[in-house]
Amino acid sequence: MIPNSRKEIIARMLGELGLKDVKGLYSDVPQTLLLDRPPDVGKSMSQADVSNVFEREILRRILDVNLIFTGGGIADHYVPALVDELSSRQEFYTSYTPYQPEVSQGVLQVLFEYQSLMAELLGMDVVNASLYDYASALGEAGRFSIRVTKRNKIVLASTIHPERYSVLKTYVEPLGTELVLIPYDESGELSLEDLSSVVDESVAMVYVESPNFFGVIETRIEEISQLCHDKGALLAVGVDPLSLGLIKPPGEMGADIVIGEGQHLGGYMNYGGPSLGIFAIKRRFRHIRQMPGRLIGITRTVDGKFRGYSMVLQTREQHIRQEEATSNITTNSSLMAIRAAIYLSLLGPDGIRKISEKIFYNTLYLKRKINELSCFKTLFPRSISFKEIPVIADKSWEDINKFLLSKGILGGFIIGSRFPELDSEKKIALFSTTEVHTKEDLDYLIQSMREVC
Amino acid sequence: MRYIQARWEEGDGILEPTVFELGKRGDGGTPIVSVEEELMEEIGSLDEILPENIVRRSINLPGLSEPEVARHFSHLAQMNFGVDSGPYWLGSCTMKYTPKLAMRIASVSKIRRLHPYAPEEQVQGILKALYELKEMLSKITGLPYFSLQPAAGAQGELVGALMIRKKFMDLGEKRDEILIPESAHGSNFASAAMAGFKVVRIPPSDEGTVDLNALRAAINERTAGMMITNPNTLGIFESDVLEIANVLHSNGSYLYYDGANLNAIMGWILLSDMGVDIAHLNIHKTFSAPHGGGGPGAGAVGTTEEFRDFLPIPVISKRDDYYFLDYNVPKTIGKVRMFYGNIGVLIKAWVYLKLLGGEGVRSVSTIAVLNANYARKKLVEMGFEVLYGKDRPCKHEFVLSLSGLKKKYGIRALDFAKALIDRGFHPPTIYFPLIVPEAFMMEPTESDSLREIDGYVNAMGDILRRIEENPEEILQAPKNSAIGRIDDVFGTKKLWLTWKIYENEGR
Repeated sequence: MIPNSRKEIIARMLGELGLKDVKGLYSDVPQTLLLDRPPDVGKSMSQADVSNVFEREILRRILDVNLIFTGGGIADHYVPALVDELSSRQEFYTSYTPYQPEVSQGVLQVLFEYQSLMAELLGMDVVNASLYDYASALGEAGRFSIRVTKRNKIVLASTIHPERYSVLKTYVEPLGTELVLIPYDESGELSLEDLSSVVDESVAMVYVESPNFFGVIETRIEEISQLCHDKGALLAVGVDPLSLGLIKPPGEMGADIVIGEGQHLGGYMNYGGPSLGIFAIKRRFRHIRQMPGRLIGITRTVDGKFRGYSMVLQTREQHIRQEEATSNITTNSSLMAIRAAIYLSLLGPDGIRKISEKIFYNTLYLKRKINELSCFKTLFPRSISFKEIPVIADKSWEDINKFLLSKGILGGFIIGSRFPELDSEKKIALFSTTEVHTKEDLDYLIQSMREVC
Repeated sequence: MRYIQARWEEGDGILEPTVFELGKRGDGGTPIVSVEEELMEEIGSLDEILPENIVRRSINLPGLSEPEVARHFSHLAQMNFGVDSGPYWLGSCTMKYTPKLAMRIASVSKIRRLHPYAPEEQVQGILKALYELKEMLSKITGLPYFSLQPAAGAQGELVGALMIRKKFMDLGEKRDEILIPESAHGSNFASAAMAGFKVVRIPPSDEGTVDLNALRAAINERTAGMMITNPNTLGIFESDVLEIANVLHSNGSYLYYDGANLNAIMGWILLSDMGVDIAHLNIHKTFSAPHGGGGPGAGAVGTTEEFRDFLPIPVISKRDDYYFLDYNVPKTIGKVRMFYGNIGVLIKAWVYLKLLGGEGVRSVSTIAVLNANYARKKLVEMGFEVLYGKDRPCKHEFVLSLSGLKKKYGIRALDFAKALIDRGFHPPTIYFPLIVPEAFMMEPTESDSLREIDGYVNAMGDILRRIEENPEEILQAPKNSAIGRIDDVFGTKKLWLTWKIYENEGR
């Protein structure tokens, strides 16, 4: 891995520098700091040995399961072979942020296309070149809304994913922002009565997820938007981009900010990361200047002859504006955005519509079948659901999941095991179904659950 | 050497068309799944199930076939320079080679398809790998506790700054200032500000290092800590680091270490021995995970015992032989991203360190520093100017000032950088650090062979000669890249940020 590590090369290079040994390279370091020997991180291993150890000690101790029905914000989606193929080109994955646009037109154009494709899908005007993940995108959205409105209160639906809530709290804590949670109604949607009693001229942002943590699609975004805008608050909506093949995008329903998880667009679960944080706004000049993250724009060559791409509005960013920057973000999730661009280009309108349909059908079917079982019922049975289904059992979910695993199924996420504040008795497990599941898979899950009853 | 990048040229001033020009909008594309008829029959029409007011009527994405998409993105890849293309001496970015075994292991299906809420006892393997990575990072830094959660270096900085903030809240002290050297990475300032601190800048000494007198003058009872990188952004080791730590600690303040430049001292110096209290490490720089065109990276944060209880939750712990996600961190700052970190990136560092072993870790830094010193010596002999620290060894990088060329020939660092492109070398970081006029910040890594280093140096010499003969020629560079010199200002003036905006206003 280290071409110049051969003794004769080292000797030759040291000779050029007039040094006797490599320690001379560290003569400027207080000698008490220099270690006698290298750190004990084990002996160097050959490639074949590392492969072996990985296989034996790591891989064998990870479950082997093909049917994954676990919910909670990350799901098993189908990744087209083309996405893997193209994103493994070294020109994409080994390069850095495109600081030198002339040799980096490839990445720049892909990221520009990502911004453009995503803007179309979300019905928004401006999308940045990616943030880390859905949750940090929410953190940035919160800070963005506070900068833009100069207000310091955020109102959110209590059906938010608890991990996202936790990240938002971390991001705005230094600003002393007040966070107000709004309860949900019997259908699992945000309670408009409660919202209207809370939203006033002190609110910077109202945040609602659709689908929310429980998979419920909000059907009243337009009314919520009206409520916000009457008081000068910004409306931020968190989405699952794959629902937007069938559902009207938040941009067309009054959202000022849209965020979401892009892992679903050609990305893998990877035990939770990396992800793709989607961040989009409407095109208001003042807002664009307050945006976090990189932006790619169309430009031209100095001689005016060619259309090209470059990073724009860098004066918002940390490497120029330092502590006045809109965010500290530097490294982002470009390769995930590249994957999403390839994915959206491949699927096109027909592909996106089809995948939305499939997930809706699977969700509806699974929900209906679960409710036909004697010992299970779903939370919010009458809501419009996408992908995620909270299921209530009258037995121990730990036992049920163990049984399902013996059948080759990774079962629901037991909400109370991680978030006891939501379900102290661990009665609810969050299932999810995606386009990878066939009707046969769903029937097999139902059959297996029936055996528990 | 000469390099000619692929250039796909459609004509009329357009290189590769965008997907919106290639495919008809609102129609077509490639369905990758099918909906089973039995399901549709059982459930009925979605039109009747979904309320009309929330149904989408049109999707204006372009519709393309798979071969069209494959060729389009292949063309774009060909118009991009990567680390496997050639030397990439982008200062402070550590553009090293990623062992392909790391790529293969990270793409194993069981890892890729691992759900973050899979039960702990079923994922002992991945937790073990992450735990081992933490242990190896501890051995390398001397910092006993690690969080692997931050998604990037800057997020690690934010975590560190938030931990310091929380620490003083816990102690009941009001300290709201962070000291940062003027030459620091921009993200340090931004992260400290995001965590609610007021930033106090420390000017450099004549040597380019932290000015101890300036530090003593700036420190006071409101100083929470200081963020430094060592070696600093000039590639100079802060030899006074023990005194810096001492000044901070005796004031009750903490020392934060930005690990962007760890590739210079790994295996030689422990951060803990330098008095570091908290540090972030850039997994995508030092530990060979690729940069992905800008990300994703990973920013592991290490701490001393004093900050253990403040780390983000969960931390990965071990009890007997059982690995688990430990949420019992009493004073945690909370979470900065969902789940546990960029696992797909972190696993590559595990592979990298297994391949290297302890000797290899040290050897990485040794050779990176050797390469940098060798290149600097050769360049200085050619007449290039180093403003700071020229009489001492540099570390993994060094900074030239091209201001002489600007005065004499009107050639800026930017022009010089573009001329390197035509010779097959990715330019260095330019105009940073700000304290060096016409800065040329060069970081060869241990991945470059002597032949390539000589090639880079000779290309610099060749450009120098051309400037002396005909500076005009350099102003025209680059000529061999996919596109000629880009006008950055024009793009920022127009703000054509999407195809739709461009279609409406640009054409």
